[in-house]
Amino acid sequence: MIRSTKKYQAIFWACLISFLVWDKAVSPPVDLRNEPPLIAAGSGKPSSGGHCAISK
Amino acid sequence: MKRLPLSVLLFLFFVFLAWTVSIRQAVLFAVGIGMGAALAGARFGFTTGWRQLIEQRDPRGVVGQLVLLALASVFSLSLLGHYPELTAALGPPSISLLVGAFVFGLTMQIADGCGSGTLYKAGLGIPLNMGILPLFALGSFLGSVQVGDWLKLGQIAPIGLVTEFGSAQAILITLVGLLIMALATRLWVGKGKTWWDRKWLIGALALSILAALNLIIAGQPWGVVYGFGLWAAKIVNAAGLFDPAANAFWSQAGNAQRLNEMVLMDITSITNIGILGGALWISARASSDSKPLTSTQWMVGLVAGFLMGYSSRLAFGCNIGAMLSGISTGSVHGWIWVPLAFAGTLIGVRIRRHYQF
Repeated sequence: MIRSTKKYQAIFWACLISFLVWDKAVSPPVDLRNEPPLIAAGSGKPSSGGHCAISK
Repeated sequence: MKRLPLSVLLFLFFVFLAWTVSIRQAVLFAVGIGMGAALAGARFGFTTGWRQLIEQRDPRGVVGQLVLLALASVFSLSLLGHYPELTAALGPPSISLLVGAFVFGLTMQIADGCGSGTLYKAGLGIPLNMGILPLFALGSFLGSVQVGDWLKLGQIAPIGLVTEFGSAQAILITLVGLLIMALATRLWVGKGKTWWDRKWLIGALALSILAALNLIIAGQPWGVVYGFGLWAAKIVNAAGLFDPAANAFWSQAGNAQRLNEMVLMDITSITNIGILGGALWISARASSDSKPLTSTQWMVGLVAGFLMGYSSRLAFGCNIGAMLSGISTGSVHGWIWVPLAFAGTLIGVRIRRHYQF
């Protein structure tokens, strides 16, 4: 049982890492000069991230 | 894998993020690791807490959740009052929310894990939750594609307590609401029950601090579901099966931009990956136990996982995005979500029992 769980776990992480590697390869490079502020609170810049509560 | 090499790998990924993406994303990854470690270490399961309350009249899990909600509300509502650039988890009260929350509450009992529960249990290596994760993502994507149609059935604009009443009154209203929930719990369980559990309280304290850190750093509350939907959307889009420009949700400027960017730049995705890593770190010492499932249980569990993903989009969040982040940032949709999801859970625990999970 433990052995098969470890096998599933290895497959799961392999799939996740493969997805992230593929995504990095096909996505445009990150604009490091346009880095978001380290701490949003006090930066004056509203967050532009996606959130599940937002309908749009 | 043992904890030391795992810690080294997580640290190397932190450095990679700081070097190639942004320092903010690296720090959010570290916050996510903390969330995963807190969830898995304390076995802070929203689903389990509700089930124990219903089936055993054991209030400890729900009391832990109420403590988490109270602490997170005090932190987050104060922050929202001080920093106008921070955003609340404001979802629209709507037919979509009513249906979504009910179905989510029902299916999370069958799948034995809400959004965060699925993540940390997948990180712990529990086979059903690892299997559910991709289906949850697919369901979440399909929900996002169709949420515009669901909203046409009826909605009102999101209501934020901080905007309506100010920070101090929002905290007062929220704490009174949580006190009413605690009293209802007391009425249901009766006298002579143990109310406090050290494990749940430590989890509540840790998660409330980490949720506040997420808000301070990211500028938005903790969420889980958006990241899942984005991952599936990227794959479906790359396969040429979907035209985001023709969809109401994915054609929005922000969503279209995130669909084009690397997922490691997305806030919710990076905390989700952190949660998986944090739970994996916990599992390195305390291996999880899960009984083998029959093929029927697998099938029912996977279908429930898919529906959970779909309904969480309709409900504008799961236990984290709608309940924790919604209530703690003063969104009325969070207060609507809880009774509907609980009503669904009342049915979900019976279905769970029927299939002998």
